[in-house]
Amino acid sequence: MQARIGLVKSGLAGQKARAAFWFVAPMVVALALAAGWPLGRTLYYAFTDATLTDMGRHGFVGFDNFWNPVWGGLFGDAKWWRAVGNTLVFTGVSVGLETVFGILVALAVNRPFRGRGLVRAAVLIPWAIPTIVSAKMWGWMLHDQFGVINDLAMRLGVIDAPIAWMANSATALGAVIAVDVWKTTPFMALLVLAALQTLPGDIYEAARIDGVSRLRVFFRVTLPLIRPALMVAVIFRGLDALRAFDLMYVMAANNADTMTVSVFARQQLVDFQDVGYGSAAAALLFVLVAVLTAVVLTLGRVRMGGAR
Amino acid sequence: MSGRPGILFFMAVGLIVLCAGFPFYYAVISSFKSGSDLFQVTYLPVFDMANYRAVFTEQPFGRNILNSIVVALAVVLLSLLLGLLAAYALARVSFRGRGLLLATILSVSMFPQVAVLTGMFEMIRAFGLYNSLPGLIVANMVLTLPFTVWVLTTFMADLPRELEEAAFVDGATPFQVVRLVFLPLMGPAMAATGLLAFIVAWNEFLFALTFTLTNDMRTVPVAIALITGATQYELPWGNIMAASVIVTAPLILLVLVFQRRIVAGLTAGAVKG
Repeated sequence: MQARIGLVKSGLAGQKARAAFWFVAPMVVALALAAGWPLGRTLYYAFTDATLTDMGRHGFVGFDNFWNPVWGGLFGDAKWWRAVGNTLVFTGVSVGLETVFGILVALAVNRPFRGRGLVRAAVLIPWAIPTIVSAKMWGWMLHDQFGVINDLAMRLGVIDAPIAWMANSATALGAVIAVDVWKTTPFMALLVLAALQTLPGDIYEAARIDGVSRLRVFFRVTLPLIRPALMVAVIFRGLDALRAFDLMYVMAANNADTMTVSVFARQQLVDFQDVGYGSAAAALLFVLVAVLTAVVLTLGRVRMGGAR
Repeated sequence: MSGRPGILFFMAVGLIVLCAGFPFYYAVISSFKSGSDLFQVTYLPVFDMANYRAVFTEQPFGRNILNSIVVALAVVLLSLLLGLLAAYALARVSFRGRGLLLATILSVSMFPQVAVLTGMFEMIRAFGLYNSLPGLIVANMVLTLPFTVWVLTTFMADLPRELEEAAFVDGATPFQVVRLVFLPLMGPAMAATGLLAFIVAWNEFLFALTFTLTNDMRTVPVAIALITGATQYELPWGNIMAASVIVTAPLILLVLVFQRRIVAGLTAGAVKG
């Protein structure tokens, strides 16, 4: 009997390996078709002078879209550098704030109290609202003449006169960041909460008996323990924020004050029909994200590769 | 944490709920205000359905909703089918290149969408899919397939080995094992992943904006983003708020009902990875 099972198993390994190939193949083909091929074409077009009206007719221009002594290319384009700056500021500030607020919210809803389930559900609302809808909702709330934000701020005496949040270049990017923080803090809070729930309760019991202050417990015990999960969440959010498009496009269209690299690339590609230049911008963003992802994958322990 | 929560704690929780909930509340009350009422900031609800009627009569919003449903459902079904098969192989069979494949899938989910825009545009035009729903379905797979595979693989890896061994000893083929043993067990995981994929496809904006041209082919996010008034400088905010509430209310309901499952799906993708 034992021998027979062994035989079945070894025959099985081959059968399973063959089956595995056919199971994975459709997914790989779909990904190659929907991601690999288009990405390759974008990278190719980055080295051409193609236009949208007739993409087939194009010349090869080498690195001219990136840099050239005649019209500068991306590296000589102030608008491009502005977009890079906006993207970095947006990513840094919004992910930073989301992390802090996410931890605070997670700590709050991790404590047992009456109605906690309801509060947890309510906190998820911003996450459930489509980005486009959030952008429009906030666009209305931030309206310079009829907006509720100006009304509230004036009632509370924070400002004396209405502010044109989106038209003012000092506040536009800040407003977009605020909306992103509002929308994404729930996601951060969820991931932190999941990490908090894995922590053993007895450490806290011991700390309480020893009379250690809550703040000390947080910084000395909780934070180090949830750090790995927090890092994963921050990295994912950071990579996600680098490619941000929807929010600023709907709130401010192609306004230079809020334009990110993604908005810049699409404007060149679609509005200016300049496929070569737009693809070059998209390719640079891709390379940046790819390098960061590779670094993260190498540094982080991706546990999926383990036994089984 | 210890100790009974005090009054300060409840004030903090109240503030959190207010910040999370107020913007949607304000959108709802704005959607019920029409005419000059809309331009008076008030905090209590009134009920005037004019904006809701206008949304459906002034543009093909019903058609836009239908488009979004068709695209999102097709994307979910395709992603789950391809994802389940792939997840079985990735989680239960050890073969060469598996780690590399998983790393590739994870990297694809990090792709900036705009990086595939040129190539996707070219491909969609070459297949004659510009301004059509199949074009959007293909494009959306970039966004949903990687995380579907990833999350289903994580779930599948957690199921006990003995399950499939018994079936194999009984002479089942690998496909039968997936269909008869794993599919029923993966129900909750598939529901969570499917729901997340649905939300992603439902909310997708960049592809839908770029690959459609006419009003009747637009999905909901693009339709809402492009609602315009009589003049360029006068947005019909009432209509926009009504449209926003129509498409958001079902999502909020789904999230409130399936809160636990969604959380399980999200955290399986991130915390365990």
